[in-house]
Amino acid sequence: MWNLSDIAKSVDEWLNSVMSPTWVLVVEMVVIGVLAIALFAVLGLVLVIMERKVAAYMQIRLGPNRVGPKGMLQSLADTVKLLVKEGLTPAGADKFLFNLAPFIAMITAMLLLAPLAFAKDFQIWDLNIGVLYITAVSSLSVIGILMAGWSSNNKYSLLGAMRSGAQIVSYELSAGLAIMTVVILTGSLQMSEIVKSQADGWWLFKGHIPAIISFVIFIIAVTAETNRAPFDLAEAESELTAGFHTEYSGMKFALFFLAEYINVFIVCAVGATLFLGGWMPFHIGNWEGFNHVMDYIPSSIWFFGKTFFLIFVIMWFRWTFPRLRIDQLLNLEWKYLLPISMLNILVVTLIAIKGWHF
Amino acid sequence: MYTITEEILTTPSGDMVINVGPQHPATHGVLHLLITLNGETIKKVEPHLGYIHRSIEKMCESLSYRQFIYSTSRMDYLSAHINNHGCALAVEKGLQVEIPPRAEVIRVLMDELTRVASHILAWGALAMDLGAFTPFFHAFREREMINDIMEETCGARLTMNYMVPGGVMMDIHPNFQRRVKELLKQFSEKIDEYDELVTYNTIFINRTKNVGYLSKEDAISFGVSGPSARASGVSCDIRKIYPYSIYDKLKFDEILYTEGDSYARYMVRVQEVKQSLSIIEQLIDNIPEGDFQAKTKAVLKLPKGEFYSRVETARGELGVYIVSEGGMTPYRIKFRSPGYSNLSALDHMTRGSKIGDLIASMGTLDLVIPDIDR
Repeated sequence: MWNLSDIAKSVDEWLNSVMSPTWVLVVEMVVIGVLAIALFAVLGLVLVIMERKVAAYMQIRLGPNRVGPKGMLQSLADTVKLLVKEGLTPAGADKFLFNLAPFIAMITAMLLLAPLAFAKDFQIWDLNIGVLYITAVSSLSVIGILMAGWSSNNKYSLLGAMRSGAQIVSYELSAGLAIMTVVILTGSLQMSEIVKSQADGWWLFKGHIPAIISFVIFIIAVTAETNRAPFDLAEAESELTAGFHTEYSGMKFALFFLAEYINVFIVCAVGATLFLGGWMPFHIGNWEGFNHVMDYIPSSIWFFGKTFFLIFVIMWFRWTFPRLRIDQLLNLEWKYLLPISMLNILVVTLIAIKGWHF
Repeated sequence: MYTITEEILTTPSGDMVINVGPQHPATHGVLHLLITLNGETIKKVEPHLGYIHRSIEKMCESLSYRQFIYSTSRMDYLSAHINNHGCALAVEKGLQVEIPPRAEVIRVLMDELTRVASHILAWGALAMDLGAFTPFFHAFREREMINDIMEETCGARLTMNYMVPGGVMMDIHPNFQRRVKELLKQFSEKIDEYDELVTYNTIFINRTKNVGYLSKEDAISFGVSGPSARASGVSCDIRKIYPYSIYDKLKFDEILYTEGDSYARYMVRVQEVKQSLSIIEQLIDNIPEGDFQAKTKAVLKLPKGEFYSRVETARGELGVYIVSEGGMTPYRIKFRSPGYSNLSALDHMTRGSKIGDLIASMGTLDLVIPDIDR
């Protein structure tokens, strides 16, 4: 069977046979870095075209259809256009911070690729606090946005950044608590352990109603954390023109744009790993034949399939719902989602202690 | 270097002044609002006008009575037919001509089609202002059908110039009735979709309920008219209270809500679409045979005097006031446009609310900027 971990292993063995272990480590790090950047770029392009096609489908129109087959190369053309555009820096801006901000946004998004389990035994860095690492690093993304808003010397940017700061800091709590439910059920913070614990069933199904509640809360909270509609108050183009990236142009704007999509991919990948079993295939009880067929599908396909399904759901939100107001947004978090997730975590703890889950 | 940090820190109250417009996605045109903010809370909204002032009223003074009607298509371009109708009515008052029944029915049909097109565009634009893009495209699907009907009969899609003193410029296209019936069928299927997508959406209701409140007294004192006033409980439908054309013979309801908030203004428009469709249904099979235009002289001359007509456009009351000295051109023309008065209530409606509420209030006032500036 075609398997990513086999390829990785054979590459590792071949490298070990031709050079010393130290050099193998260096070469592997470089290769992984290049692969991560390539994945970053490819994901950005794929997600942008996917968003545009999903939007077009919802809006009874065709979407991009000129560049490449069915317009699939449109985002490549857009990238080339953005690359050759002049990157303006406004006169009153804090030049250092203004130019640094997009890179912070991008680097935090890239760091999050490390602990994701893309396929069976295929991970960049399987650290034992993987989930904690993800919650910790993802909270850094707000710094990039605040920096961009503050240094632009633009009132729209400033308002957008302040909104974004309040929003991301608030919704992190719910997202974190929703993630904690799975950590409690599994008893591990390690991504590979969490996936392995779902070999006999996904946590969404095994964890009774509390797991479903925390899954819903997780999806809502990460939609807000990634500044996607209906929580896109940081950009809110009908109120603040473009929010925190009003003054950005060219590739610096594109970095923010890419970082948003990579963040969407990462939160969906985390959701798929925690609640939908990561690369584990879908099994139904004792249906041996069915389970065997499901096993035959490569694990990477399972992972990306689940992730892209969640991405589709989040895109669906964006093209259906109106935007919330800032006070309603914070009310939703502090008055509804946070108390519910706190109660939920107590119930889950009880379930985990008593061993009631399947 | 001047920075906003300095401005905020040096202003004693910590206020921030923001220019919303003249180029802003939510103003739908070149409206310029100077808003004073304290954090996210609005302290003052000051509209600055004049960016699209073309002095249409002055221009009209040098145009003949046939010609000046065309310039009014450029005022409230989303209800061009109704503007034309108002002007034609004023001129006809001076000419004392009898309008053939066929022309009257065609005029009302066109007016109501325009109203439907304008209201569904307002529906889509409001949803877009509130952050939902999809309804805008769904609104355009039906609006496109109306535009195609207009194109066949009038030759234009936006600035129709179809009504002339004494009737309409040309007869309706042979396809007209069939296309309108198709439109009615399409609407009966899709109007529930509209409601599901926007009207019953919890986020939409939260964004518009109790937002931009305008009391009945304030609505009257600001001179607000049209759907925006009817949402505050002011009965002001010119089609009902001062019927013109054949509106007194038609069956339709004046939609009145008493809440006075953005949601009520939105609901008035949704219900008015249904009323307009019922008017079209009543008339489409009953277009009388006969002339589409009364016989008038080649050069129109109004007798000395003042002539005033009022019509209900999609945004409110349009008054057309003509002063004639007996010549070929009007001595003075004054338009009472609904948008100008409606905009004046915006500051009162939005003080103390958030930026998002300003957008919701502005969207439900349904402002068309060339109508305000003329």
